[in-house]
Amino acid sequence: MKSWIDRQRNIIDYTLSSLLRRKRKNAALYIVYTLVVFLLASVIFFTHSLKKEGALVLKEAPEMVVQRIVAGRHELIPVSYLDKIKNIPGVSAATGRLWGYYYDPISGANYTLMVSEDSPLSSGRIEIGEGVSRARLAFEGDTLEFRTYDGSIIELEVSGLISAESALVSSDLILMTEDDFRRLFGISEELATDLVLRVGNPRELSVIALKIAELLPDTRQILRDEILRTYDAVFDWRGGLLLVILSGGLLAFIIFAWDKASGLSAEERREIGILKAVGWETSDVIQAKFWEGLVVSLSAFSTGILLGYAHVFFTAAKLFEPVLKGWAVLYPHFKLTPFVDGSQLASLFFLSVVPYTVATIIPSWRAAIVDPDTVMR
Amino acid sequence: MIELKDARKTFNAGKPDEFMAIRGINLSIEANKATVLKGPSGSGKTTLLSLIGCMARPTSGRIWVLGKEITSLPERFLTEIRRKTFGFIFQQLNLIRGITTLENVMLPAYPLGGAYSSIKKRALLLLDLLDIAPKANSRVERLSGGEAQRVTIARALMNDPAVIIADEATAHLDTELTLEFLEILGKLKDDGKTLLLASHDPLVYESKVVDRVVNLRDGNIAEKGE
Repeated sequence: MKSWIDRQRNIIDYTLSSLLRRKRKNAALYIVYTLVVFLLASVIFFTHSLKKEGALVLKEAPEMVVQRIVAGRHELIPVSYLDKIKNIPGVSAATGRLWGYYYDPISGANYTLMVSEDSPLSSGRIEIGEGVSRARLAFEGDTLEFRTYDGSIIELEVSGLISAESALVSSDLILMTEDDFRRLFGISEELATDLVLRVGNPRELSVIALKIAELLPDTRQILRDEILRTYDAVFDWRGGLLLVILSGGLLAFIIFAWDKASGLSAEERREIGILKAVGWETSDVIQAKFWEGLVVSLSAFSTGILLGYAHVFFTAAKLFEPVLKGWAVLYPHFKLTPFVDGSQLASLFFLSVVPYTVATIIPSWRAAIVDPDTVMR
Repeated sequence: MIELKDARKTFNAGKPDEFMAIRGINLSIEANKATVLKGPSGSGKTTLLSLIGCMARPTSGRIWVLGKEITSLPERFLTEIRRKTFGFIFQQLNLIRGITTLENVMLPAYPLGGAYSSIKKRALLLLDLLDIAPKANSRVERLSGGEAQRVTIARALMNDPAVIIADEATAHLDTELTLEFLEILGKLKDDGKTLLLASHDPLVYESKVVDRVVNLRDGNIAEKGE
């Protein structure tokens, strides 16, 4: 065993000197390789964390939302529907919700306006998300103007910012009282935007949804899991979009790496011949080339991963911000909580380190199976 | 020590450019002697050396090294015999550029699995014996012709082989360096090494170090040979 370890150490020692001999080639390879892993790792870390973040935020979301559909379009729902829903066995709570989108011509952005159940706001006062605050340079004590459904203007005073922890979904959010909301959108007391309900046993959700569909045929039921799935799809789509853009670069890298790793120069072939002539076996040469490929790809992989991690979690993915974050004009400013998915890292490893290492071994093997007497000629 | 019986080597067999380099050689090489294979270019000297040195297998015939038949051994065993029994000095020197003199000398010992420190110690000792220790950390491409030649000798001795094979080793050396090379070979012979040289340099085959000259012509031992 000791002899085997010594042998590996000696071969690695030779590999390292060998790498240093071709400094430029290996440095170029290392830099490009690191860059590709960095970009891929950034996308993976970012989309995964964003999905996790979304899932965390939505964990507190109601288990089911009931919306009224008229001619296939979302319509305001009568609050009276709540009586029928509350009578369904298994429904532990049901309440009406008021929310809507508001286009602000000054900032050119859409805000999400919502009536807060928990916030102790008084009439005429609002809480705004940090994106709204940035867009309108509005802070506590400032007044924002809104144009109501009939064209008149109402002024609402900012009483504070919504806490930054939930910036992913609250960046474009404005919280207000029920009265102000109804005044702004012209919605009567009998109507709500949608209804939310909680159930005692989550396994009964689909049964309850079916019952609601029977009782109230003009409604559609949205389960929390469906919202989560939509979030997943949205972020996967965004990640995929970026991957498509990256794939051009990735392809270029594969060609570059393949060429660098698989093409043996005359000098390298001669070197393999010398090694064989002085007593190295084909397997020793392959091991040396294996270590060489592994040193380059593993160090580039590790650096790329670390840089990707720092990029996503320390600089809030500065490079990808415009593509990946938010779907409104107001990109949230927030720091992601680091979530690293081991299986994704493993797939990145197997898609980068393994093929590269194999690419270095095969041509060396082909050169190394030649009889060593070729160097004598 | 080394025995060849009807050894033949054909290159590109069955192809239009088929070429028989060795045509049925019977030869016996004694231990602790210096034998020179002499002959013009294309006479088969290098091919014969590579067959004896376990670098290539004969197309037919049999070869024994230290009493063991090596003719049909798999590569792994052939390599094992090659690195423990033979030390090679090549015409083209075949040093690996970009690494140091010391590393070049250590190369043959790497796959044997000895401790790095002891390999290094032995390499330094050999460089010292060949008066080239001060160049241990120089890159080989910075060495003079004579220095590089001595490095290849040190490398050939690294695994303490019983046989030193030198193929046209003086082809690029001037008279002074050739004589110096022969002097080193003489010392190695005195130390009990068997020397097998291929050369058509009179300075080599007429040297007093040499015990026997085998004349080769057209892949066979010439009638008047030996």
